[in-house]
Amino acid sequence: MGRTRTEENTMAKYLLLKHYRGAPDPVNNVPMDRWTPEEVSAHMQYMRDFATRLEATGEFVDGQALAPEGTFVRYDGEGRPPVTDGPFAETKDLIAGWMVIDVDSYERAVELAGELSAAPGAGGKPIHEWLELRPFYGTAPTITE
Amino acid sequence: MDEALLRSLIPGVLAVLVRRGADFAAAEDAVQDALVEAVRVWPAALPELSAALERGDPVRDPKGWLVTVAWRKFLDATRSDTARRRREDLVEEEPAPGPAPSADDTLQLYFLCAHPSLTPSSAVALTLRAVGGLTTRQIAQAYLVPEATMAQRISRAKRTVSGVRLDSPGDVATVLRVLYLVFNEGYSGDVDLAAEAIRLTRQLAAAIDHPEVAGLLALMLLHHARRAARIAPDGSLVPLAEQDRGRWDTGAIAEGVEILQAALARDRLGEFQAQAAIAALHADAPTAEETDWVQIVEWYDELARLTDSPVVRLNRAVAVGEADGPRAAWPSSRGWTPPCPATRRWRRTSTNAPAIRRRRRGCTPRPRRRPPTPSNATT
Repeated sequence: MGRTRTEENTMAKYLLLKHYRGAPDPVNNVPMDRWTPEEVSAHMQYMRDFATRLEATGEFVDGQALAPEGTFVRYDGEGRPPVTDGPFAETKDLIAGWMVIDVDSYERAVELAGELSAAPGAGGKPIHEWLELRPFYGTAPTITE
Repeated sequence: MDEALLRSLIPGVLAVLVRRGADFAAAEDAVQDALVEAVRVWPAALPELSAALERGDPVRDPKGWLVTVAWRKFLDATRSDTARRRREDLVEEEPAPGPAPSADDTLQLYFLCAHPSLTPSSAVALTLRAVGGLTTRQIAQAYLVPEATMAQRISRAKRTVSGVRLDSPGDVATVLRVLYLVFNEGYSGDVDLAAEAIRLTRQLAAAIDHPEVAGLLALMLLHHARRAARIAPDGSLVPLAEQDRGRWDTGAIAEGVEILQAALARDRLGEFQAQAAIAALHADAPTAEETDWVQIVEWYDELARLTDSPVVRLNRAVAVGEADGPRAAWPSSRGWTPPCPATRRWRRTSTNAPAIRRRRRGCTPRPRRRPPTPSNATT
């Protein structure tokens, strides 16, 4: 159960969410602030190379790293300014970055998320971080009514 | 007339270049360059060119113009690429214009762009560019991906099929699958992909006599006919039963039904014809209450037999729910198998509408029903 895809694979966009905290513990669980500058650079370079490679395969849509500071904002009624909470130096469930890919199948999306999760961390070893894979809602097919 | 006319010339132009010895990828680039130039040079002249084309005026032959310009673009690109000596030889002996491109060339191009070695997304992108003549930017916008990504997807697709001979036989089913995907993508952006899919399918139908190609074209027309009624002013989808049927395009429905009838008469049923028959039955009902759900269920039976997809089984279950009375006690979609193998027999009716009667071994024959009549014929 879960996925409601037909047997026919079609293009679909997925959001890869890089949870820095809030996901289960990764294998190589040394926090980034204890990495050497070189290790941080290598990590960022891995991300860039990954994006470049996906662009070459025609599967890259967009991606950004996010600053850790976050503010919660919500509507507070007509004529009133929005309510804010924070900014927090670091939110509890920290999303460090995201990437959107456009791939032919769910399997391919999982494969790519797995590769991205192998980005190096402390000691230059893969951190095995958890990536959350979220499919975009597609537009309703014209055919089915 | 417009850009669509210009783009309808593309498959033929591309085929000429390939036949003259240009490899597919380079030829495709050259044709795109020629199109860009045509769009730049021709805007004022297009109505006139269109009229000339309809007259078959050889002096103002836009295709000839495109071939000439595209070939020159190809040669320019080749000359600048000194590493490709072999192609230099081609430059030396510019061939005389080949015979007029035939429907066959167009067909082979469809096959190439929907080649089984391509992923669906690659086949869609390549078809839209090489056959449809859309620019990479337009295709990227339609599919909401960056232009650079789409450019790479297309160039990889071209590399993938570069070894495929344009004259090797293709599979119509893969082409139809690609066109169906394009149509289903709808019309969210600058480019109306549904209309483009119809144009490409119409062009394909002109190049090959195949009931399923006709079936897909009919299906697209019948769905497209309801487009204006399908979206509410707030952008939400309007269910079929609640659509204002007065806003359906009766011209498109009539054309779809006519194409479908001709295809069904060949008695080589396929899934697109079956889907089109369902769409025709919906299009035919003056009100939602008058929908012939019993016959729709029968078509879903056919469709399930042809595809056995979960979506079809689900839709069939919905149809069974609508077809009250004798059908109400039928098993649900879960684990459903056709209880009685059906035989099909076409009957021509006074209205020539698609209608099907079947005999079910072991089943009580149901009352003969009045066949659907195309809406336009009654209004």
